[in-house]
Amino acid sequence: MRIWVPRDSAARSVGADDVAHALTESMPHARVVRNGSRGLLWLEPLVEVETPYGRVAYGPVTVDDVPSLVAAWSDAGAHPLRLGATDEIPWLARQQRLTFARVGVIDPLDADEYEAAGGLAGLHACLARGAQQMVEDVVASGLRGRGGAGFPAGIKWRTVAAQDADRKYVCVNADEGDSGTFADRMLMEGDPFLLLEGMTIAGLSVGADQGVIYIRSEYPDAVSTMTQALAIARSRGWLGSNVLGSAAAFDVSVRVGAGSYVCGEETAMLESLEGGRGVVRAKPPVPAVSGLFGQPTLISNVLTIAAVPYIAEHGPEAYASFGAGRSRGTQVFQLAGNVRCGGIVETAFGITLEDLVIDFGGGTRTGRPVRAVQVGGPLGAYLPPEAMSVAMDYESLSDAGAMLGHGGIVVFDDSVDMVEQARFAMEFCSEESCGKCTPCRIGSVRGVEVIDRIARGEDRDANTALLVDLCEVMRDGSLCAMGGLTPMPVLSALRDFSEDFTRERT
Amino acid sequence: MTPRFAPWSDETAREVLADINEPGPVLIALQALQAEFGYVHADAVSIVALRFNVSRADVYGVLTYYRDLLTSTPPDTQVRICMGEACQSVGARALMADARAWASDDIGVDHVYCLGNCALGPAATVNDRLYGRVTPGSLAAVVDRGHAS
Repeated sequence: MRIWVPRDSAARSVGADDVAHALTESMPHARVVRNGSRGLLWLEPLVEVETPYGRVAYGPVTVDDVPSLVAAWSDAGAHPLRLGATDEIPWLARQQRLTFARVGVIDPLDADEYEAAGGLAGLHACLARGAQQMVEDVVASGLRGRGGAGFPAGIKWRTVAAQDADRKYVCVNADEGDSGTFADRMLMEGDPFLLLEGMTIAGLSVGADQGVIYIRSEYPDAVSTMTQALAIARSRGWLGSNVLGSAAAFDVSVRVGAGSYVCGEETAMLESLEGGRGVVRAKPPVPAVSGLFGQPTLISNVLTIAAVPYIAEHGPEAYASFGAGRSRGTQVFQLAGNVRCGGIVETAFGITLEDLVIDFGGGTRTGRPVRAVQVGGPLGAYLPPEAMSVAMDYESLSDAGAMLGHGGIVVFDDSVDMVEQARFAMEFCSEESCGKCTPCRIGSVRGVEVIDRIARGEDRDANTALLVDLCEVMRDGSLCAMGGLTPMPVLSALRDFSEDFTRERT
Repeated sequence: MTPRFAPWSDETAREVLADINEPGPVLIALQALQAEFGYVHADAVSIVALRFNVSRADVYGVLTYYRDLLTSTPPDTQVRICMGEACQSVGARALMADARAWASDDIGVDHVYCLGNCALGPAATVNDRLYGRVTPGSLAAVVDRGHAS
């Protein structure tokens, strides 16, 4: 009998290790598998057990529940925490999991299970198809960068492939610093071979033989899982001088960040990978032409690269058949903050924010009304409930004065003070700015001060006009998104929650 | 309680750096020193500069840029409370205010922007172990347990 208890760090943060230990002690003949998380995070630790009818889920399980669970399993399996067959839980069944298909299902470090569950099919297909065709397939799939910018991935692949250089790199950006996002982390902890497979396909297609994964230091479990997966992949010949027995060479290394949000910006990440301060570089040249150590470099987010094996295996049309408008495929949304049912929702672009926050999320965890939803991380807009009918794709969000970012959705109830949130956006920028551009480095400090004056009621109209002006300077005068987009949450708060800025405070 | 880190020594530092051969090694070198000693001693700037043939200014610049890199010994117990928006929405500010009240020389309390546990906030780490759905009471209890052992 197999029992699954997630090893995902979110599950561990609420006691999964203790539950796994207690189950191992109580059921010496069972095999306790430490899988990734299914992404139903409010139910963690979510324990699954093998039955004649498939895997059945129980959760959230505490150590105190273990004796009654063990008793239930020796009988018909009835238990107050029983959620039914895992795959039939509506929250999961309604999703379209292409990238997260195996996350939570398999043991992330079991290479045989990875292959048995369809792993490596994309890489085999890529080797059969050839590099040039693979690049064109990524173009045709409509895949866009999932890190936030939404740049067409295929165009980047073409650019790197066209460069004539002795050495090219594939850099995966796993510096997932946006609050409200955790999909990169869960993918690396739950299906690390998928990322390595995607990187290998990318490397072979653009002519790079070295890959680097830059993981933020706040993700020690992801670093550990990726490092172990790397060693296993090498020992199996999935990486190395003859990838899967072919003549192609590709290898990967893992690098760990050091606590700098702006290193998620691609050129700051390159500086950090070269061992320096994470200061943003001016573009051009774009990294696809001159990136890591001056060589052509394909930089992509974890989720972008992780979508590639599906495209390679099933073809670009299959991937592009999901989505809306110019946003093709699926997006891994992350429901976070004050939300009753938080976790991973992978579904085609075009679902509304309301569907995500209310239907999937179940409203707030506190049970109070939703007042604001921040979409796209600390640089994303705060949207009021009236705006929640917006379709979740790149263009629709942009039209609504917001952005998709990395797909994080943070819910706030009616106790939120939007002046505090606007102030925090500026404070965060002042702390995390790399310091290169004056509007970002100094403007953010001034922004905090101006918002404080507005909150105190000093020359409210004049200071509000000053804040709007400052935001314009930051937006137009900063090299990267740090200074350029910090105004988005500030101005959205000012626009849609102006009552917070004008009320008297005690 | 056994110390978490080795005491600083220039000789050990040079040994730690001996095996580092990556291109662009300065950040890796400083991270390796911190993993060994818990912080980066002031002497490390010259040692790293000499080992990799870069200027001391370059090494110092990197050392002072990154939040993770410490220039003095960390407290026995280091608590980091996530102050990202997702954790703010479920009470991180109150949690931080409470923790500040019991912070001491031995128990450091600092903020961090996002631990990737945004659906189970407020999140915090105690000596790098991650906790979710933290309350002022549960965090204080974890710290008390760890500090007593």
